[in-house]
Amino acid sequence: MGDAARAYALLAWTWTRAAAQYPVSLALLAAGAAAVTALDVAGIAMLFAHAPRIAGFTAPEVLLLYGTSSLSFTVSDVLLGTSETLGERIRAGDFDVMLVRPVSPLVQIATEEFSPRRFGKLVPAAVVLAYALPRLHTHWTPGRIAMLPLMVAAGTALFCGIWVLTAALQFVLVDGQGATKAFTYGGAFLTQYPMTMFARDFVRGVTFVVPLAFVNWQPALYVLDRPDPLGLPAAARFTSPAVAALVCAAAAAAWRAGLRRHRSTGS
Amino acid sequence: MGVFAWVAWYAFRRHTAYPLASLAEAVTNTVFGFLRAYVLTALWAARPHLGGYDATDAVTFTFLTQALIGPVQIFGGLELSRRIRTGDVAIDLYRPAGLQAWWLADDLGRAAGSLVLRGGLPLAAGFLAFDLRAPGPAGLAACVPSFALAIVTGFALRYLVALGAFWLHDDRGLASVALVLSLFLSGMIVPLVVFPGPAGDVARALPWSALVQVPAEVFLGKRTGAGLASALAFQAAWAAALLAAGALATRRARRRLVIHGG
Repeated sequence: MGDAARAYALLAWTWTRAAAQYPVSLALLAAGAAAVTALDVAGIAMLFAHAPRIAGFTAPEVLLLYGTSSLSFTVSDVLLGTSETLGERIRAGDFDVMLVRPVSPLVQIATEEFSPRRFGKLVPAAVVLAYALPRLHTHWTPGRIAMLPLMVAAGTALFCGIWVLTAALQFVLVDGQGATKAFTYGGAFLTQYPMTMFARDFVRGVTFVVPLAFVNWQPALYVLDRPDPLGLPAAARFTSPAVAALVCAAAAAAWRAGLRRHRSTGS
Repeated sequence: MGVFAWVAWYAFRRHTAYPLASLAEAVTNTVFGFLRAYVLTALWAARPHLGGYDATDAVTFTFLTQALIGPVQIFGGLELSRRIRTGDVAIDLYRPAGLQAWWLADDLGRAAGSLVLRGGLPLAAGFLAFDLRAPGPAGLAACVPSFALAIVTGFALRYLVALGAFWLHDDRGLASVALVLSLFLSGMIVPLVVFPGPAGDVARALPWSALVQVPAEVFLGKRTGAGLASALAFQAAWAAALLAAGALATRRARRRLVIHGG
């Protein structure tokens, strides 16, 4: 584990230094990444320009969901996002090159073309949280305050698990990257909004099957002191770290299984 | 068949060579269609008749925009920019065929393939799950030129961005600016009718509205008779103006061209 972390840091630093060779380009790309992420905020602002409450939630409450979701997703994207290119690398044969090197292939694929420009996406999330938090009509208790960093950390771990799970799927579905984006980017989009907007069965799906509701929705219900539309017990609001641990364990198992199954491509 | 017809045909073949990968993209487009449809349904529950749309219009709009992502290539990009960066464009310029017309033909073939493989699933799923608004035969006939003009306008914009690489050598900064503009001002993130007051009027006059907003209005039957004619004229005018700008930039770029190495 320590070795993997050291290898990850070394490779990420190497790519960062490579990217820093073109500082202006790097700054522009980071600004571009921030702007694309900020579009979702602009979309939310447009919605609330027309109604003070949508699906029972006010703008600051939705922005809390946006901020926590975006923070978690961006950190996971920086750490593991490039693993989504696994299918492409298997097809091109690049992945076989990674297998002969004495470093975990997951670390290699996650650091391949590691670019600090993706940190630019943290800016809109941080600005939105700084705007939304003082405007929430919440009775702040130590528990609610502590929940905020905890939900971001658990959400990050959960998204990390989803990146690895969807990458592992590509050992089987080499052409499937397009569809796995529904879970990663789709999950990031979904968790920006309150689940009261979505159909009941859909919410059950993202609670019990792909547990995206635990990224920030369940903890946010505790922070905002809201009833759960699915009527889950109040204890569910504190289970995000456990759910994240389960997803990560499933992801690790799936990755190992995929790696064992890998038979390369071509002739 | 003329050379451009062959270029378009081969592009179509190339972009339909991996149907599973395209269908996988369509699955994600469909999922986003559902997510955005639920969000807009919640808004329309709070504000029925917003911008002259009812909830059915809004949901139909959402699935249609997801179906158009592939053909109009709203996320940007043209293979040409890589060829400019690597210098392969020298081969393209050496051909006895216009650079812009060549890539337009290539892009039309790509768009046709994308329409076939990525357009159907989001719309079909939307029709099964929601009560979408289907255009009649006359409406469908009006969609054909409108979608075609949307594709051509989309190409003309991406071609200009790609040619930027002649001057900037790295087109990624320009491409990210273009991405922000095309996502937001086309109506992809939220329909332009949701934009408040003057911002909506400005967005409607810009070329990006010809990519998604205008064809979607034609599909929804919001534009008929004189309104339809003005919608098509708006798209055609932007397509012509941007193609002309592209032709001018191509002439300038020929003099800028530096082939590294060799």
